[in-house]
This record gives sequence, structure tokens and C-alpha cells, in this order.
Amino acid sequence: MISLKDITKSYRSGSLSVDALRGITMEIEEGEFTTIMGSSGSGKSTLMNILGCLDKPTEGSYLLNGEDVSKFKKEKLSQVRNRMIGFVFQNFHLLPRTTALENVELPLLYTEEKLSWKEIHKRAGEALDIVGLGDRKKHSPNELSGGQMQRVAIARALVTRPSVLLADEPTGNLDSRTSLEIMDIFQRLNREGLTILMVSHEPDIARFSKRITILRDGLIISDKPNTPRSSADAIAQWKDEAEIMSEETA
Amino acid sequence: MKLSAVPYVALKALRRNRMRTLLTALGIIIGVAAVITMVGLGQGAGAEVREQVNRLGQNVVLVFPGARQLGGVSIGGGSANTLTVDDARALREEIPEVIAASPEVRSQRVVVYGNQNWFTRIYGQSADYLQIRQWGIESGRMFDEGDVENAALVAVVGQTIVEELFEGADPIGETVRVRGLPLELIGILEPKGMSLMGSVQDDIVLMPYTTGFQRISGRSHAMVINVQVFDEQSMEIAQLKITDLLRERHGLAPYQENDFTVQTQEEVAAAATETSRIMTWLLASIAGVSLFVGGIGIMNVMLVSVTERTREIGLRLAVGARGPDVLLQFLIESVVLCLLGGIGGILLGLAATEIIASYAGWPALFSTEAMIIVVSVSAAVGVFFGFYPAWKASRLDPIEALRRE
Repeated sequence: MISLKDITKSYRSGSLSVDALRGITMEIEEGEFTTIMGSSGSGKSTLMNILGCLDKPTEGSYLLNGEDVSKFKKEKLSQVRNRMIGFVFQNFHLLPRTTALENVELPLLYTEEKLSWKEIHKRAGEALDIVGLGDRKKHSPNELSGGQMQRVAIARALVTRPSVLLADEPTGNLDSRTSLEIMDIFQRLNREGLTILMVSHEPDIARFSKRITILRDGLIISDKPNTPRSSADAIAQWKDEAEIMSEETA
Repeated sequence: MKLSAVPYVALKALRRNRMRTLLTALGIIIGVAAVITMVGLGQGAGAEVREQVNRLGQNVVLVFPGARQLGGVSIGGGSANTLTVDDARALREEIPEVIAASPEVRSQRVVVYGNQNWFTRIYGQSADYLQIRQWGIESGRMFDEGDVENAALVAVVGQTIVEELFEGADPIGETVRVRGLPLELIGILEPKGMSLMGSVQDDIVLMPYTTGFQRISGRSHAMVINVQVFDEQSMEIAQLKITDLLRERHGLAPYQENDFTVQTQEEVAAAATETSRIMTWLLASIAGVSLFVGGIGIMNVMLVSVTERTREIGLRLAVGARGPDVLLQFLIESVVLCLLGGIGGILLGLAATEIIASYAGWPALFSTEAMIIVVSVSAAVGVFFGFYPAWKASRLDPIEALRRE
């Protein structure tokens, strides 16, 4: 579904040229749940931006559902993002003072499909139901917890029924328990057939995915399948601070 | 982008920042209100002047003291002391085309009857003034030449005076006081009917000019001489003769300029209309400046807003908004802001015009034309001053924008 071939990306500032990606080749099949890992400066953000069609590679080709999007113009890329990609960000990026439902509706306002307002409300509502926030439609972000905000963001990513969900450090701003809940949602969505691509530097989070790709200095240094840890088990085994503290003193 | 979502998104964004929206719109509100008020009062003043001139009567020539001023503007002059009562008499007696001439003296005084009083305009005129004005007497009589000769303490009043001081009762034979001077009322003027400005014309007290000069105003010179010419064909020759006669009477050498101004009512009307038109434009352009300043305020706030909402723009771009969608969103936001300001300004302007008109007693005209222009201008201000910020927003790079704190 996603096919990267010899992707390079260099940034030029004056006479200095920095190579962020130095030849990435990878295939991602439908239904995969892949985590891209790497320290800062490894090029994982750059790769994510290219995968998300927010940026274009300097060289190489990027086939998304058979289309070479690396040659697309800016305007056309907007539609590709709208149609095929759902974004989940580290810091949620919800519009303040706007209800959860309206936040989720946002991508539908920019879609090429001709949707009635009724249809838009219905689809946004369904997306919120999927992430278990059907009862929070009228809440604005400042009335929601961090985990709930990220779930609204996931609903927003799902509402256009994208081919792939791109999650950039989705648990970076969340506590460990809430992170597990987000992973639970991801695993459930993946089981239902959604392709998920996640960037994380936390091994604990990466373990929930089915494939782990590690970047260093703009190159893939490791790309292995992973036996995913079950989020249900993780939640069952999860201990809160009080439990951990009492264990240590015992 | 879904088109019906554009104004919705704009209104939503404006509602999220109510206070800022209000303060920004205030610039436009005040600008528009100023334009509406100025144009309303300016046009009202113009209409009043035209109305006054039209009321003068037919084949009327007005002689003002003082030289013609720039642009022919000398209406309401009368500050110079060059026209005498004898000038008026000479005009009537020595020029065959002149059938009536009334030296006028005006003042605004309180008229007292019993415990009632009323602030009105008092005119000293000659006995043939009503003929010049083509105005009739409803009851009683007009003062005659004898009254003028003797500076008799008599007065003829308009309908407004009858209503305000006598509550409609017959005032003939009653005595009113002006500056302590007792005046016997001998006649009531016919109602002039509703003028454009209401019943202003009927709010008048007429007395012999001799009484007016000597007892009321303390002046010795006419503010204007109202002259009636025999017929329309004689207007031109009459004006020449009036000029010659007055120059001779005033002993002016050929190289000296006239110390008076002869104008027909059409000329007066044209000058006055021109004056009020210029005033209207002047006031409107001053008001326009404040609209412009308001527009700069809009641009300022929109720029701040774009900077502040960089992340929102980044997100919109990421989820599929194209550059033109973002441009349109911010442009519409600015236009909606300006239109709201425009509507608010019109309401405020109308209220201000109404208040000024009723308190200061100035006439006002509400011009639909001005409102339409002002609303279009404020929309244009929105587009003009909103474009740069909107363009800036549409050019943002989504990656950069999302990263911005």
C-alpha cells in the first residue's frame, strides 16, 4: 500500500546542505501496525512528514495506493492528505473553544466529497462513538482530560475513513495508564483492518505494534516484525502509584 | 471546501474571541456611524436651505450687505453694515420694476405671554413683506405703512406661536412681551403647511422693521433686503438697476467693488446647495478617514490573529485545507467583521443623527444611498485590509505551523 523507494531529503541553508534522509526503501502492506523508532536527529520526523504528504522527498518515489505522490503539487497533496491519511499528533492539536464534535468534523469541511451537514454531523458522531466518546460530543477540549483529547484527535483522524493512520508520538504527552488506553484503541482499530504507522521513541509503546523499524542518521538500521504485546494484558497488569510504592516497601 | 462552511467557520472564529471582535469592529462602527451621521446632517442642512429659499416667493431678489464672497457664498451673511432702511425705500421708489422691498432684521428671542414663554425667531419687515413671500393672513390684519412709520408695538404671528403660547385660543388683541416690550397681536398668518422639516415656517413673529430695528435688535442696518420684481422678464434688468442705484447711493467710485451683493433666489439656492454639498463631502471624507483607520485596526488584529492561530492553520492544512481555503476563511472573517461593524455603525449613526437632530434642532435626512455605500465600503475595507493577513496565513507551511508553540 505504501512503497518508498530510495527516498532522500536534504535541507539546504545557505551553502550548507544537511541530509536528513539518505535513502529509505520500505514497503508497508495494508493492515500493518508499524512503529518507526529512532533518537532525535535520526530523521524519523522527516520521514513521517513525507509519509504524511506534508513534505516532498528530494529524491526517490513514494507510492501511496499506487499513486506516485512525490510528484504531486501542493493543492493535490492536500486532497491526498484529506482522503487517505489520518493524523494523530503528540499535542493533539484540537481547536480550543470548539466542541469535540466540531473538532472531529473539521476534515470533512475540506473534503471533495459533497456531504450534507447532516451527513457530516452523523459521521463525526460515529467517529466519536468508535473512540468511546459518544457522550462527550458537546464538550470543548478544556473540559476533557489528556486521554480524552487524544481520543477526539483519533476520531478526527478516522472521520474521513483514511487508508492509513499516522501517529506522531501519540502518547508523548500522556501518562502511562492513558497511553495504554490509546494503544488499546490502536490495536482494536488495527484488528478491524486499519493500517497504522506510528512514530515513537518509547520502546514500551513500540512493543504494541506488529513491526518495528529503527532509523539512525537517515538510514534504516533495523526493520523486524514484532510479536505485539496485548494492550488488554498490559492494562490488566497495570499498577497504580500506590500499588508500586507498597510493593517496594514490602 | 464546503462553501456553506466558510461563513460558519468565520462567525465561529469571531465568536471565540468576542471581546476582540467587538473592539476591532468598534473602529469600523465609529467610522461608519460618523459617515452616516455626517451625511444625514449635511443632506438635512442642504434640504433645509433649499426649502427656505423656495419659500421666499416668486421673482424675488435678495440684496445682502458686504461684497460677494468666494464661491458666491454669502447666504446668512448680514454682518456688514452697508444696507440701510433708506436703501430699501429708494429701491422701491426709484426702480419701476421693483414692486416691493422689505429691509429685514432677524433675532431670536423669548416671547412671553402670562406665565408661558416660547423661544422663536422675530423678523422685522416692511408692510409688503407678505406680498413678497406670497403669504396670507388667516385672521386679523397685517401691520400697515402707518404702523411702520410709527414703529408701532404690534406683531403678526405664525400658527406655532398661537398653539404654544395661547394653546389655540384667539390671541388677537392680546399682548405679549419681548425683552420687556409689550406687543399687541393684530394678526395671525396662514399656516404654511408642513414643510420638509415640519412646521418650522410657522414658528415666527413679524413686526414692523422700524420696531425691530429700534426696539428689539438695536441694529440700524438691514441684514438683507427682500425685493420683489414685477415679473420674471424684468429680473435681469432689475438686478442691474438695483446695483447701479445702490452704488450711487453708497457713493462708490468706479474702481471700488460693490459693498453689497445682489442675488436671485435661484443663485442663493445654488450657492447654498453647493455649500452644503461641499460640507457633506468634507464631513464624509473626514469620517472616511476614521473608516480607514478602522480598517488598519482590522488588519492589525487579523495579523495578530493569524500569528496566534498558526497551529490552527497548520492543522487545517494537514487535514486537507488548501491554501485558497485558508485565504478565503481569513478573508471572509475580516469581511464579516467589517460588515458587522458596518451594520452596527449604521444603527449607531442613525441613533446619533436622531439624537443630534432632536436636541440641536437640526434637520436630518436618512440617506439609503449613503447606507448602501457605507456597507459596500466596509465590505471593501474588509477585503482590502484582510487580504494581506489572509494571504500570509495561506502561505504557511503546515509542518512549520504545526510545530509553532
